[in-house]
Amino acid sequence: MTQHLIILPIVLPLIAGILLLYKRLGRLSQTKRLISVVATVLLMLVSVALVKQAASGEVTYYALGSWQPPFGIVLVLDRLSALMVAVTSFLAVGAVVYSCAGDDEQGSNFHGLFQWQLMGINGAFLTGDLFNLFVFFEVLLLASYALLLHGGGKAKIQASVHYVVLNIAGSSLFLIAAGVLYGATGTLNMADMADRIANLPAEREGLVTAGALMLLVVFGLKAAMLPLYFWLPRTYGYAPAPVAALFAIMTKIGIYAILRVYMLLFSEQAGALAALEQPWVWWLALATLVVAGMGVLAARDLRLLVAYLILISVGTLLAGVGMRTPEAVSALLYYLIHTTLVTGGLFLLAAMIGTQRGKAGTRLVKGRPMAEGGGLALLFFVGAVAVAGLPPLSGALGKALLLNAADGSERLWLWPLLLLAGLTSLVALSRAGSTMFWASHRGSPIGEVLPRAQWFGVTWLVALAPILLVVFAGPVGDYTQATAEQLANPEALIRTLLPATGDAP
Amino acid sequence: MEALYAITTGILTACGLYLTLRGRTFPVVVGLTLLSYAVNLFLFSMGGLTTHGAVIIDGARDYADPLPQALVLTAIVIGFAMTAFVVILAMRARSEMGNDHVDGKKDDHE
Repeated sequence: MTQHLIILPIVLPLIAGILLLYKRLGRLSQTKRLISVVATVLLMLVSVALVKQAASGEVTYYALGSWQPPFGIVLVLDRLSALMVAVTSFLAVGAVVYSCAGDDEQGSNFHGLFQWQLMGINGAFLTGDLFNLFVFFEVLLLASYALLLHGGGKAKIQASVHYVVLNIAGSSLFLIAAGVLYGATGTLNMADMADRIANLPAEREGLVTAGALMLLVVFGLKAAMLPLYFWLPRTYGYAPAPVAALFAIMTKIGIYAILRVYMLLFSEQAGALAALEQPWVWWLALATLVVAGMGVLAARDLRLLVAYLILISVGTLLAGVGMRTPEAVSALLYYLIHTTLVTGGLFLLAAMIGTQRGKAGTRLVKGRPMAEGGGLALLFFVGAVAVAGLPPLSGALGKALLLNAADGSERLWLWPLLLLAGLTSLVALSRAGSTMFWASHRGSPIGEVLPRAQWFGVTWLVALAPILLVVFAGPVGDYTQATAEQLANPEALIRTLLPATGDAP
Repeated sequence: MEALYAITTGILTACGLYLTLRGRTFPVVVGLTLLSYAVNLFLFSMGGLTTHGAVIIDGARDYADPLPQALVLTAIVIGFAMTAFVVILAMRARSEMGNDHVDGKKDDHE
């Protein structure tokens, strides 16, 4: 049984999604909610088991159809993929419980699509094959297109036209890049590819460089790196709340893919091609930070504000990727856990505030006092402290680790930009909070009692995650440290997948 | 053969890119379709162009690389699904927005 554990994060949502397709599950969809929540909680338990398995430092793989690598498709479990699956499932639990309060009834088939999106995300994290990564990207994208349109409305359709067209173009580029890399190396298995890039004939270096940098464009589009981020604020701002919360992991998929592909394929063994993405990622990350910092100040809507906060986190994480040292990777992974959960929760919170305020919605204007203003304000305060990176919550810790990891001239660039981005988000958040909660008109409070499922979803992500991450900073930090070391030495992974050295192609 | 193949793929890509950058949804959809055709052709050639190779290895030393074929098949299926989706989306956008501009503007000066 335990050897099949690796494929469960993909099979479980798939089966749940198929069950949810069955139409006669009751009109009130209580059964559907039950199936969806149970499947997501089970996924969380599986992911915890996977993290435990991966924490030993051993790389395990699952050969689909028992076709051994490098010929078959493999799912690879190491510390990084286990961690990402776990973060996804924690986020998904919050989002799915929140959606049970009524968001799932605004359109059809919410839960089924949600599960399939989880399947795509988990598959993308676990796969060890470049083309399979593309397939799982498509699975999660197709589910995300439909989820984005959930509920309908002009703004959503408008946003999704851009999102869909951009991503289809991105997928074409992914295929071209994968084709170029296959043509140059003759394999699609990433471990095998790393092996072959290490002893690449000199005349193919140009081809591999072109393919690798094209892949960076694709991953940059997913991660919303500077010139490719314009789709993000509107898409995230208009998506239904639980979907936007789940989308908080989507940019991290791009970052994961950059980490995985470039740390594995272009490690020190790659000779002249080693770390070829580093200057691009580093400078674009800093530029993303600058633009996102300005965007946060300019946002006139709470949901747009949170979308720009996601962009700040993308810039911060990419700066960590750009530094490429084990310390920086460890810090960025810690920050990644924190930022994914908190920004996801903030989207849910923004939607709650929006419904509570009625006509004023999430626009940052004065409105009437809210009936449940106290609880919302408290959660907003906790979320703002966490996301802006103030002590004592986990944001401060993650940022401090990252700042500490920079050395030499990197410090000169990262410190002012990262701290300024933190300052601008602090200014924007405090302005938003005081406008919404304090500067309200006189009058009787508006809004109805908010469902308990929504409170649970938001508290789970906004309050619980940063507090737990600080309380258990020691073990989490050890884990990310070990993950970074594992990533810096891809040799172990390659040897696990390809035990026979020097076999003929 | 290589030159002809490369030129065909290149022209398809260029036309696809140009159409994708247009302002109305119909040319954009056609552009994406052309782009995916170009990508499929490109993928098909990525193992190198050879002729007279055996389809199945039956002791022959010279056989066709089966992997690009499998990949092209996957890419075609996925591309087809995506195109179907984007067509429906474009139609929805046309009916909801009242025009077929990708930005949903009423009056554009194209």
